[in-house]
Amino acid sequence: MIWVDTIVQGVLLGGLYALFAAGLSLVFGVMRLVNLAHGDLIVLGAFLILVIVSALGLNPFLAALVALPVMFCLGWGLQFVVLNRTLGDDILPPLLVTFGLSIVIQNALLEGFSADSRRISVGGLEAASVSLGPIAVGVMPLLTFLSAVAVIIALNALFYRTALGRAFRATSDDPVTAGLMGVDPKRLFATATGIAMIVVTIAALYLGTRSNFDPTIGPARLIYAFEAVIIGGLGSFWGTLAGGVIIGVAQTMGAAINPEWQILSGHVAFLLVLLFRPRGLFPRAND
Amino acid sequence: MTALLETKGLTARYGDFQALFGVDLRLDAGETVAIIGANGAGKTTLMRSIAGVLANGPGEVLFDGQPIGALPAAQVMARGIAMVPEGRKLFPSLSVEENLLMGAYGRKVEGPWRLDTVYDLFPVLKERRNNPGTALSGGQQQMVAIGRALMSNPRVLLCDEISLGLAPVVIRDIYAAFPQIRAAGASIVIVEQDIGQALKVADRVSCMMEGRVTLTGRPAELSREDIHAAYFGVHA
Repeated sequence: MIWVDTIVQGVLLGGLYALFAAGLSLVFGVMRLVNLAHGDLIVLGAFLILVIVSALGLNPFLAALVALPVMFCLGWGLQFVVLNRTLGDDILPPLLVTFGLSIVIQNALLEGFSADSRRISVGGLEAASVSLGPIAVGVMPLLTFLSAVAVIIALNALFYRTALGRAFRATSDDPVTAGLMGVDPKRLFATATGIAMIVVTIAALYLGTRSNFDPTIGPARLIYAFEAVIIGGLGSFWGTLAGGVIIGVAQTMGAAINPEWQILSGHVAFLLVLLFRPRGLFPRAND
Repeated sequence: MTALLETKGLTARYGDFQALFGVDLRLDAGETVAIIGANGAGKTTLMRSIAGVLANGPGEVLFDGQPIGALPAAQVMARGIAMVPEGRKLFPSLSVEENLLMGAYGRKVEGPWRLDTVYDLFPVLKERRNNPGTALSGGQQQMVAIGRALMSNPRVLLCDEISLGLAPVVIRDIYAAFPQIRAAGASIVIVEQDIGQALKVADRVSCMMEGRVTLTGRPAELSREDIHAAYFGVHA
């Protein structure tokens, strides 16, 4: 029963990693942009929610709703003004610019909020749990996982059932020909990053409410996000969820054997998947 | 009378290489103009320049008398100029039907061309509408590319090398659709290496060589020798 409990806790933890990764997967899937500042943007989102909670006294979930349009606009502007200029045949400029952006965000947050560790309180929900048969699961981990599933379903619906989603996929295939269909790739990419920032805000809510955070933890979240995306197969949303779950389960199982092995186990699982399925578990056919 | 589409002294470059030298072209409403020429003559460059894919140098592109030469492809398309690009360029991630629907993404106007009328024009596409576009035969892919361009109900249809790499029987089937496309109101510019096919469908023919228009006229008025000289630069 301990192992079943361990696996369940790992699956729920995987939901958090999938949320970290879903925005990264979206941005990569549409414009082949590897955003090295993704983890820092999640931390930025957590600080934004913290500020809204502190300033307006709102419940964190309501504060996240307030933060969503702000983060969407931030993402839209960031892509339109800065990141679009880096896109092209050379993969180095976006890597350098987003690496620089990561440093800027970290230092700006350090300047504004100091290096102190923070946490967003959700009151009684933090300790609340529900019984699933003989296993008790925390309400917040369960909400995190359900939110991750909802985000993946929403992104899939957006991509495969709407005109905007068709335009995302077409532009990802061939931006020049998409232009002949009336797509303005720069605005479309900005919209994609704006949507990714909505996912980032949801990830930030659960990052901030489930664990302590400070301005420098972004890069570690980026690594989990990368691993989830790569395990799942680049550009596959369900694959990203599966990737997050695999890392989560590997971490909790490693921790059950020896608490020092928690982080290492996740990385080992990632390397094993890379070894046997270099293109991930669910790669897109045309990647 | 104002031409529907006109280029005046159009030039275009790929970096240091100049591909077009003062090209003049005129398309009147309801007309089909064919542009013929050997590989490297500048035909595709001219299409890309008109469609806004390639930044133009000095010279003008006028649509309904309005300059459109500086507009990006999305805005050119929104005004009613659709292009069937060389090599079809279907989106591999999209099914046949999704490829067709993408054609109307940037221009949603009422007109004769909708999903059902495109399927009437090319019935085989309806049978294969859920297949990936790139899983079709070359001829069927070309039908998707033409149908996709028609979905925006364009006033001008630019067709770049639509017979390239296709069997003669398939080319005949595709060109059989053109009278219906014209009857529905589109004016057409066809880039074609197959001189015989171009002369059959066009009201006027322009021949290009080395980035310049070397001959223009109505098919009945052009002699085989004139075309040969304009096409190859040597007299037969």
